[in-house]
Amino acid sequence: MTAEIIVVTSGKGGVGKTTTSASLATGLAMAGKKVAVIDFDVGLRNLDLIMGCERRVVYDFVNVVHGEATLKQSLIKDKRYDNLYVLAASQTRDKDALTMEGVEKVLDGLSEDGFDYVVCDSPAGIEKGAHLAMYFADHAVVVVNPEVSSVRDSDRILGLLASKTRRAEKGEPPITQHLLLTRYNPARVAIGEMLSVKDVEEILGIQVVGVIPESENVLTASNNGIPVIVDANSLAGQAYSDTVARILGEERPLRFIDVPKKGFLQRVFGG
Amino acid sequence: MGILDFLKRKPEATASVARERLRIIVAQERSTRGAPDYLPMMRNELLEVIKKYVHVDLDAININFERDSGHEILELSVTLPDGKQPASSEARSG
Repeated sequence: MTAEIIVVTSGKGGVGKTTTSASLATGLAMAGKKVAVIDFDVGLRNLDLIMGCERRVVYDFVNVVHGEATLKQSLIKDKRYDNLYVLAASQTRDKDALTMEGVEKVLDGLSEDGFDYVVCDSPAGIEKGAHLAMYFADHAVVVVNPEVSSVRDSDRILGLLASKTRRAEKGEPPITQHLLLTRYNPARVAIGEMLSVKDVEEILGIQVVGVIPESENVLTASNNGIPVIVDANSLAGQAYSDTVARILGEERPLRFIDVPKKGFLQRVFGG
Repeated sequence: MGILDFLKRKPEATASVARERLRIIVAQERSTRGAPDYLPMMRNELLEVIKKYVHVDLDAININFERDSGHEILELSVTLPDGKQPASSEARSG
């Protein structure tokens, strides 16, 4: 039994990779899967904060790669879900701290320990860290914002996923690519101020696996160190739940992509 | 600008501009994906040479790079302005 490896990547920074990694990993765990989520952003550890386990980091990814700690010692068990674990990034400034062989060893170790999914939170850019995060992946979630620079960068990442990964190099079936549109504002799309779902799909030639609406709850969730998917009342949380279900093969219609219709009271009193 | 204008001012519907710009740049970058790094520089130098004889813009030079099983195709097409003999001339090197 080998673990399915999912990379969350984007090229551009600040589009919601870590938010997505945290919610995707948590959502898979909520579905009963045994999940590990790994922060590949060496030097800029952040996933631990979003997952709310920053004070429990003892050993990190680089320690395991260098044999200074075992996987068991380094995996941080989630507070809410017993079958969810976090592997934090190292805060070292040494960019070569991660090696291809080291990463492979850790991923193989997780497979042996019976993990169903490993979510790899990629750093921004297309340098070594991002390359290592995507290299062994079976699936990719490309996070994109409806904004020109993000769309262009994700096209570049889609190209790299199709050529610079183990599956591509070995001539195996290609990585399954999922496009996730985040920070979507249906009201601005409706008045032509923002690229629509259709625009982004047409430009990149790939359908979205989900659309996460821009939401105040995302900041609240990160303030609290609770992945937004746990907040079942928030639209962003519900959109992430739908996305995880689709990645697991379920069919669900897209929600929250149109401007919500105002009720009678709202029309009278505004809001 | 009057205060009324300021209050009435709305952001423009710029999504269509973004869409068109992205269509063009994404198509262009895809056509040269995986191609050697010297391609943009070569394109500029070719333009300089062509300009000695015909007046053309950078947009008129289209470079396409393709990888087929085992060999690479560099396709170069130059659109000459109206009034000149051929509308397009093609050079190939494998």
